[in-house]
Amino acid sequence: MAGARADPTPADALREAAAADGVDFDGLRAARDDDGFRVAVPEASYDGLSAAEFDDAVERHRAYAENWLFWHQHAPQNPAEWAFLRWVEHADDLSVPERHDRLRDGGLDREWGQLAIEAHIEDGRRRYELRHVDDTALDDLTTYTDPYEARRLRKTDDDGDYRPLSTAPTLAHGWAFVDLDPDALVRAAEGFYPATVANWHREREGDLDVTHWHETVSRQTGIYGVVQTWDRGEGHDHVNRVAEACCVDSQCLKRREWDYDAETPLDVARGDGVFPCREPCSLVIATARKWTRLESEQSRTYEFDLTPSEKEQIETIIDAVADGRIDEIREADTSDGANRYRARYLRAKLFDDEGNLCGVPTDGDDR
Amino acid sequence: MTEALLLVAHGSHLNPRSSAPAQDHADTIRASGAFDEVREAYWKEEPSLRNALRTVTADEVYVVPLFISEGYFTEQVIPRELRLEFDAADWNSDGTSADFATCSPSDVDKTVHYCGPVGTHDAMTDVIVRRAETVTGDPDVGAGVGLAVVGHGTKRNENSAKAVEYHADRVRDRDRFAEVRALFMDEAPEVDDVTDHFESEDIVVVPLFIADGYHTQEDIPEDMGLTDDGREGYAVPSRVDGHDIWYAGAIGTEPLMADVILERTADAGADTGTDAPTTGETTTMPADGD
Repeated sequence: MAGARADPTPADALREAAAADGVDFDGLRAARDDDGFRVAVPEASYDGLSAAEFDDAVERHRAYAENWLFWHQHAPQNPAEWAFLRWVEHADDLSVPERHDRLRDGGLDREWGQLAIEAHIEDGRRRYELRHVDDTALDDLTTYTDPYEARRLRKTDDDGDYRPLSTAPTLAHGWAFVDLDPDALVRAAEGFYPATVANWHREREGDLDVTHWHETVSRQTGIYGVVQTWDRGEGHDHVNRVAEACCVDSQCLKRREWDYDAETPLDVARGDGVFPCREPCSLVIATARKWTRLESEQSRTYEFDLTPSEKEQIETIIDAVADGRIDEIREADTSDGANRYRARYLRAKLFDDEGNLCGVPTDGDDR
Repeated sequence: MTEALLLVAHGSHLNPRSSAPAQDHADTIRASGAFDEVREAYWKEEPSLRNALRTVTADEVYVVPLFISEGYFTEQVIPRELRLEFDAADWNSDGTSADFATCSPSDVDKTVHYCGPVGTHDAMTDVIVRRAETVTGDPDVGAGVGLAVVGHGTKRNENSAKAVEYHADRVRDRDRFAEVRALFMDEAPEVDDVTDHFESEDIVVVPLFIADGYHTQEDIPEDMGLTDDGREGYAVPSRVDGHDIWYAGAIGTEPLMADVILERTADAGADTGTDAPTTGETTTMPADGD
């Protein structure tokens, strides 16, 4: 490849860097002192080299020089993107020769939410592929090369329904981004999961700026200002319920790092996601606005007569809706309380013409 | 010193077309090479405004709100959520004259040039005229034709109407159209009575909305009598009360909007080169907020 491109050869670039500030990167050390050039890798070291001897030594350990050149000349230099690309190829876990062997033969993989990322070296250059994690073994996928198309693919799920939350575990299948360069990989990953790379990096560096629930709702104005009234300094059970409803792994792939406030953790699992959630999102706030209004109601006592099975069926229906299980219920599976025929029978039996359960009107003058 | 463009739009939890104009114009501007980086951020979608500036590598960021009028969103919500030290007085605007303010956000080490919304830039007047040309298929449209510029209107913010009236006045001053009126969805004079406001047989109706959605595709066409159910579409032109109504759909989807965005950044000192982006064919119907 040397000479085929205008880029400097690894040896030329390394010699220049060694002569300037010296190099110490991924096990490769190179410098120049009064005796000449020095080069060291974990397997060997050389002192007092002429420029030509330096080039020979570098050639013997070419993977180290190519690796150094890639990370300093070809990879995006934005620290978060750089760290993400290093993570993709397990740079902290594998030696340079091992990494380069794997990149040239079979590639290296990572999962980022529902994205399967594969890195490989092709014609001396790093290239990346991106697919849905469920699609890694498929070969009849629609291929894309423009990473910005990910922003459009993220908008709908497999049924064509709108996905207002990019990090919901409902990413559509059937596509593959191929032949991406390093910058394009970052753009595509960010297209699917916006801002995740930056916040993941901040967290790794120990400076993720978490904004907790109370601070977030206190900031709201306009139609969302009402959510502030839901926090009354009487505990945080309402926020536990919000997190359980919206923020667990079955609903969002971000790992919740915010709590009620800095001193009051929520009692809900944070999730196992690789990228963090640093504050309640707009969907949580918009939904909380609805709950704030609903939760301002006083409870009443209603009396209904239900058979044990009818009570259980109502519980099953609520579970089925809450768990998104409706589409899985077979048409004729009447053993499932949330089956459509079962629900229709229950409605026919228990609802009056106004839709009141057991004919008991909803007493809601104070709503 | 690299420069980035951040387009800020409302977005929606319900309407997938809401973010389409931001994405489409971002793609056009990226292809033009005017900025090293072009990103979008949303009030209702992701990246959220709170996480937006950290998605940018550049030290200098030009933030352009894809909003029609100056007011609550552009003066309060967006700067607050971007964590800018900004006061609406920094724009020194009369309601349609915001230019830009240079601020330091608190969560990233960058300089942000916070621009006024696209909707109140003078170049929007050209987009309205272009929209009339596009919908009628007549590059010389004007003589004997009435033009209605339609805004949302709201009792809560007088600037909402100001932006619409401002551009209607500017189009009128060009003496190109036989009649020009500013009409509104939610306040008088109302778009429902569009034919009462014009003598011309042909009336071009351009809604000043960023995205196509419920308001532009259902409310307004139904209110004007173009269709009983906007979801089933409407004819262009549609015959109503002896007039032909040429209804254009949301102006924010017009490719020429990309030029307005670049004008905003140029006014704020961005080095975008001299050539305006090559805007492609007009797309129909991309969305508005819930």
